[in-house]
Amino acid sequence: MSEIKIFIPAPDRSPPSNTQGPIAWARENLFGSISSSIATILFFYLLLSYVPPFVEWAFIEANWTGTDRSVCEANAAGACWTFINVRLEQILFGLYFASKPEELWRPILIFILFFALLLPLLFERTPGKKWLSVALLGIFPIVFYFVVYGGSFGIPQSNTTQWGGFLLTFALAFVGILLALPIGILLALGRRSELPVIRSICVVYIEFWRGTPLITILFMASVMLPLFFPAGVEFDKVVRAMIGITLFQSAYTAEAVRGGLAAIPKGQAEAAMALGLGYWRRTVFITLPQALKISIPSIVNTFIALFKDTSLVSIIGLLDLLNMAQTAARSVEWRGYDIEGYLFAGFIYWAFCYGMSRYSQNLERKLDTNRRN
Amino acid sequence: MTTDTHMASAELGDTIIKIDELNKWYGQFHVLKDISLDVKRGERIVICGPSGSGKSTLIRCINRLETHQEGLIVVDGIELTEDTKHINDIRREVGMVFQHFNLFPHLTVLENCTLAPIWVRKASKREAEEIAMRYLDRVKIPEQAKKYPGQLSGGQQQRVAIARSLCMNPRVMLFDEPTSALDPEMIAEVLDVMVGLAEDGMTMLCVTHEMGFARKVANRVIFMDGGQIVEQNEPEEFFNNPQNDRTQLFLSQILQH
Repeated sequence: MSEIKIFIPAPDRSPPSNTQGPIAWARENLFGSISSSIATILFFYLLLSYVPPFVEWAFIEANWTGTDRSVCEANAAGACWTFINVRLEQILFGLYFASKPEELWRPILIFILFFALLLPLLFERTPGKKWLSVALLGIFPIVFYFVVYGGSFGIPQSNTTQWGGFLLTFALAFVGILLALPIGILLALGRRSELPVIRSICVVYIEFWRGTPLITILFMASVMLPLFFPAGVEFDKVVRAMIGITLFQSAYTAEAVRGGLAAIPKGQAEAAMALGLGYWRRTVFITLPQALKISIPSIVNTFIALFKDTSLVSIIGLLDLLNMAQTAARSVEWRGYDIEGYLFAGFIYWAFCYGMSRYSQNLERKLDTNRRN
Repeated sequence: MTTDTHMASAELGDTIIKIDELNKWYGQFHVLKDISLDVKRGERIVICGPSGSGKSTLIRCINRLETHQEGLIVVDGIELTEDTKHINDIRREVGMVFQHFNLFPHLTVLENCTLAPIWVRKASKREAEEIAMRYLDRVKIPEQAKKYPGQLSGGQQQRVAIARSLCMNPRVMLFDEPTSALDPEMIAEVLDVMVGLAEDGMTMLCVTHEMGFARKVANRVIFMDGGQIVEQNEPEEFFNNPQNDRTQLFLSQILQH
């Protein structure tokens, strides 16, 4: 018998040096072929010809100070941020609070509270996240109602028809997201139910609201909703917009969640059944957490769309962030500074939507348990 | 599995599963035909047969993952009917291990094992974790308790799945091709756990093609084809002296490699 051989794995070698480092990266990715080189040069040419003039207009030459348009007219080469500065309260908080400086603390307090609750939630190490979430989703809306709407605790009632600006955008989007998620989840579960009646109700609901433009829904909520209620009942315009947005948004959220539910292998529910878990426990502990994880990108996508779509409330005469910026730029004092108004409104929309997008990517990474480490 | 000697048959108890004249259809397709089967407490049954013969469907009927249209199934004195309470009562007593493990990927190994004891058996969290660690220890992976299923090998995942079922302290264990999705090197570690369970007297119904396992632990081997039980016998007789030509053909095909 021959002696047995012992297997020794070969040691790892490092890759060839000409495939490493920034120069190798640029050669491979920016100038890998003739067409790629042309695209790279064209891109840098466009970048250099458009970005510097914009930076000069928006920052270097821009007017930041002053209280009226004379400053901006004296230096027309730069952007007129003076306008935004002077009309900031109107654009952010709407006409009611802008016209009453002694009440301005109310929206300011609300936004401070919002960010104070939200920001700690973004960090992984924050203790007591559960309670912070409860405070943000459960208690914050109530505080919002008492502080911004007022009418009790000696806080004067604000006139909702004069709500506007970012405050209105925020209120509509927050309520829409907060209510649409649970309703959407129930609708998605209902649409996959084995009971034909529940399934039909959910299908009809989802398909009806999803097939109707938001603008139509808002219009109907404004014009037709009062017809269904007795004459004396006055329905607040903002509440009507909130109802319309929630109906619309919940249908979209339902479809996003349903996509996630459909992606969960049947074996998951079967394993839960085999352990004796009933429908609701199966759903709450097994299928729904996995489905929501999968549908985070599409749910957040609908939330981002909603955040921007709130500007459609102009159709029922509410002035949200965008419309308020536009209105301000059309006032006698600031006529002609639309660009600054739109840029500012656009920047705020972008900042919030980008924040949501980043948070969702973060969440996806954090919930990805399918990695080996 | 190092020895080839058959496990000593312990004394079998009373009937724990009674299946009588069971018939099932998928639409027009008659998948189970007049199946009658009595399983005694402590009995270990291996069910084999070609794919599509209805063997998985049969054991999935026992915990009502599949509904049957005709016939009677009684598990531990409870008849399986539409009654959801009866179904859940039975599922509590019957553990199941699946071909593709079906661990919950968003929960850790420990959470996979404690979920059902906490919510179905109403155990406290501490109690459930103690039980879980005991069974994870028994399937020889207590050190993986804090990991997620995706971080484990297939063999480890299947052992967790067995531990998860055992945490409910079931009276019967159903195995639905537990080693079919595993690499050859991992089959042995799962079979070892199953042999250990058999040695402890667990009532087991295993759909498997691991004939070495069948020879070693089964009291009875059942061969199914076309939705019927073609032949059943003690393992020695079944393998050495099959009575039916269909059984002979099947055995010659799976044993010739």
